[in-house]
Amino acid sequence: MTPSELQTTVRRAGDAAVIDMRGEIDGGADAAMDAAYATAQHEQTATIVLNFEAVDYINSTGIAVIVGLLSRARRDGRAVTACGLVDHYREIFEITRLADFMPIFDNEAGAVGGCDREDGVNGNHDTGRQA
Amino acid sequence: MTTEITQTLRRVLRRSRPADVDAVARRAEQPASPASPAPSPVDIAPDDPLVAYFQSTAGAVEIDTLELDSPALAALKAAGVKMVVPLVSQGELIGLLNLGPRLSEQGYSSDDRRLLDNLAAQAAPAVRVGQLVREQEIEARTRERFEQELQVARLIQQNFLPKDLPDLPGWHIEAHYRPAREVGGDFYDVIALPDGQVGFVVGDVTDKGVPAALVMAATRSVLRASAQRIVHPGEVLERINEHLCPDMPPKMFVTCLYGVLDPASGRLRFANAGHNLPYVRTDDGVIELRARGMPLGLMPGMTYEEKEAVLAPGQSVLLHSDGLVEAHNPARQMFGFPRLMGLVAGHRRGSELIDELLRDLDSFTGPGWEQEDDITLVVLERSASAAAASSFPGAASGAASAPAEANGDGSRTLAEFELPSREGNERLAIERVEGAVAELALPAPRLERLKTAVAEATMNAMEHGNGYRADAPVRLAVLASDSDVRVRITDHGGARDIPDAEAPDIEAKLAGLQTPRGWGLFLIQNMVDAMEVTSDDKHHTIELSLHREGDRDDTE
Repeated sequence: MTPSELQTTVRRAGDAAVIDMRGEIDGGADAAMDAAYATAQHEQTATIVLNFEAVDYINSTGIAVIVGLLSRARRDGRAVTACGLVDHYREIFEITRLADFMPIFDNEAGAVGGCDREDGVNGNHDTGRQA
Repeated sequence: MTTEITQTLRRVLRRSRPADVDAVARRAEQPASPASPAPSPVDIAPDDPLVAYFQSTAGAVEIDTLELDSPALAALKAAGVKMVVPLVSQGELIGLLNLGPRLSEQGYSSDDRRLLDNLAAQAAPAVRVGQLVREQEIEARTRERFEQELQVARLIQQNFLPKDLPDLPGWHIEAHYRPAREVGGDFYDVIALPDGQVGFVVGDVTDKGVPAALVMAATRSVLRASAQRIVHPGEVLERINEHLCPDMPPKMFVTCLYGVLDPASGRLRFANAGHNLPYVRTDDGVIELRARGMPLGLMPGMTYEEKEAVLAPGQSVLLHSDGLVEAHNPARQMFGFPRLMGLVAGHRRGSELIDELLRDLDSFTGPGWEQEDDITLVVLERSASAAAASSFPGAASGAASAPAEANGDGSRTLAEFELPSREGNERLAIERVEGAVAELALPAPRLERLKTAVAEATMNAMEHGNGYRADAPVRLAVLASDSDVRVRITDHGGARDIPDAEAPDIEAKLAGLQTPRGWGLFLIQNMVDAMEVTSDDKHHTIELSLHREGDRDDTE
C-alpha cells in the first residue's frame, strides 16, 4: 500500500504560474499547498493555475485546503484557475461553488489565459466538457 | 529562489591590512581562537536589507557610507570591514568580498576600486561554478544513499520470498511478484504444514523501503513459526498481531490474508487481517472470500474471524495485493476491483490468469508507466480432473462470500466489514464498497458519487463518532435491492448528539468569516438520493441510498 501524500511542483507557463499536483488532496495536503502557493507567488503573475491532472482523490478536508488557498489568493489580488479535473470532481467543484471563484478549464492553455478573458474570474467561464 | 550568501573574510589584496582582517576574522568566530589561521564564515539572513542593496548595486561599496537598518551591516562594520565587493553571477548575488582598511591607512583609490571590480567580475563566475559543483556532489551523494537503501530493501524482500513453489498433485500453483522501483512492502509465502496441508499467505505492509521490508520480514518469520504450531488461521493472525503491536513503528500496519488448504479435499480455511479479498472463479461467476479482521499491528487483543470454503475441481482462487488494482492509466483512472473481477470471471484457466492480468495491466497503463506499488499475485487452481466430488457451497460452508443472503426488506447484503478509526481509512472503505457493488454495474458517475459519499460519511464516523480511537472501529454494510444500493455506516458515538450542520457559505469562507472546513455533510447530501441517520444510546448509523439507475444527468 502506498501512503499517498500530495506532491507539487510549480512552473511558469506564459503569464501564469502553474501548480502541478500529484496524489491526493485531503487535510494532510495543507502544508504542501501552502508551500506551493508561496513559490507560485514569487513568480509575480496575476494568475495561478491549479493543475489537477494527476490528482486521484479529493475529499472535504481537501476542499477546505483549496478554499484556504483561494482565500489567500484573493487577499493577494491573484486570480486562480483550474484545469485537468475529471468530471466527478468538476461536478463537486460546481456543487460547492468553488467553480464560481476558480474558473475551470478543459486544458492548461485555457486556464493559463483564462483570466485575461472578458468573462474573467466570476463570469461565464468555460465550463464545457470535452466532447 | 533562496539566495544563500556566505561572507568569507580573506586577505585579498596585499594593500589592505592583513592584521586587521585577521582581527575581524577572530572577532567573527565564537569562541575566538587566537591561533586560528582561517576566518570563519558569517551568514547573512536572506531577508536582510543589505542583500537587496547589494543585489541592486554594481561595484565595490565603502560600507562606512551606508546607513541601513541591517544586522549584517552592523556586524560588518563592527568587524572592521571597510570595503565590500558584491560577487554577482547571472544577476544573482552569490557572495561578498570583504576588505579591511588599507595598509597605508589611506582610503581606497579609484584604481583600487577598478581593480576590485575587475577581480569580482572574474571571481564571481568561478565561485558560482564551485558552488554548483558542490551542490551537485551533495545531490549525487543523496541519490547514491537512496539507491543503496532501495537495494537493501530489495535484498530483504527477495530473500524472504519463496524460492520454489510446492508441487501439489491435482493442483496448479503460480505466483508473481513484481516490485515497484521504490520497493513496497508486499510479500507472499507458501508453507508446508503437518498432515500434508499447505499454508498460503499474501500480505502488504504500509510504507515503502527498508522499514516496510523489515516489518515484512518480522511478519513472515512469526507467521512461519506460528503456522507450524497453530491449526486455526484466525489464531495465527492473532499471534502475529500480538507480536507486532509492541514494536510497530507509528503509521505502519500490515494487511494479510492467511489460508490453509487441504489439497485432498479442496477445503480452504482462511482468515483475513484487512487484506484484499481473494476471488474464487466458479462456473457461476466470481465469489469473494470474506472474513472480518483488522490489519495487524494496529492494536493488541484483536480476534480474526475464520471462514472456510471448498474449491471444486476446475475452480481457482486468486490472492492479490493492491499494486494491481491501484495502478493508474495516463488519464489517472484506477485499474480497480471491478476490472479485476471481470478479468477473473472471463478467464477459464487459472494457470494462465496471471499472464492475462499482467497483459491487461500493460495495455491499461500504456507504455512508459512507472509502477506505483509492488504487485503480488498468487493463483491456486484445482485441476478439473481432480477426484474429489466437492463443489463450492458458499453459504453452507460459511463463506461470507456466498451468494448474498436475502434480507426481510427485499434487499440482500453484499458486504459487511469493519475498519479501524484511523486517518485515511476512508480510502479502504471506498475500495471495499466499490468491490462489493461491482456486480451491480452502476453507471460510472453514480459509482463516483457513492464513493465520495461513503468516504465522507466514514470520515465523519471515524472523527466525530469515534474520535479516531483505534479501539472503536467503524462498521459498514452494503446492501442492494432491485432499484437501490444502500450503505450503512455505524460508529460508537451514540451518546453524543449530532450537531445540526451549517450550510457552508463559500463567500463567507473565502472572506475568512467561516472556517474553510465543514463540507462533509453537504457533500454527502448532494451525492446521494437519500440519507437517514438513526441512533441508539451507543451508536450512530447513517444510511446512504442511491438509485442504481440515474435520475439525474449521468451522461455527463
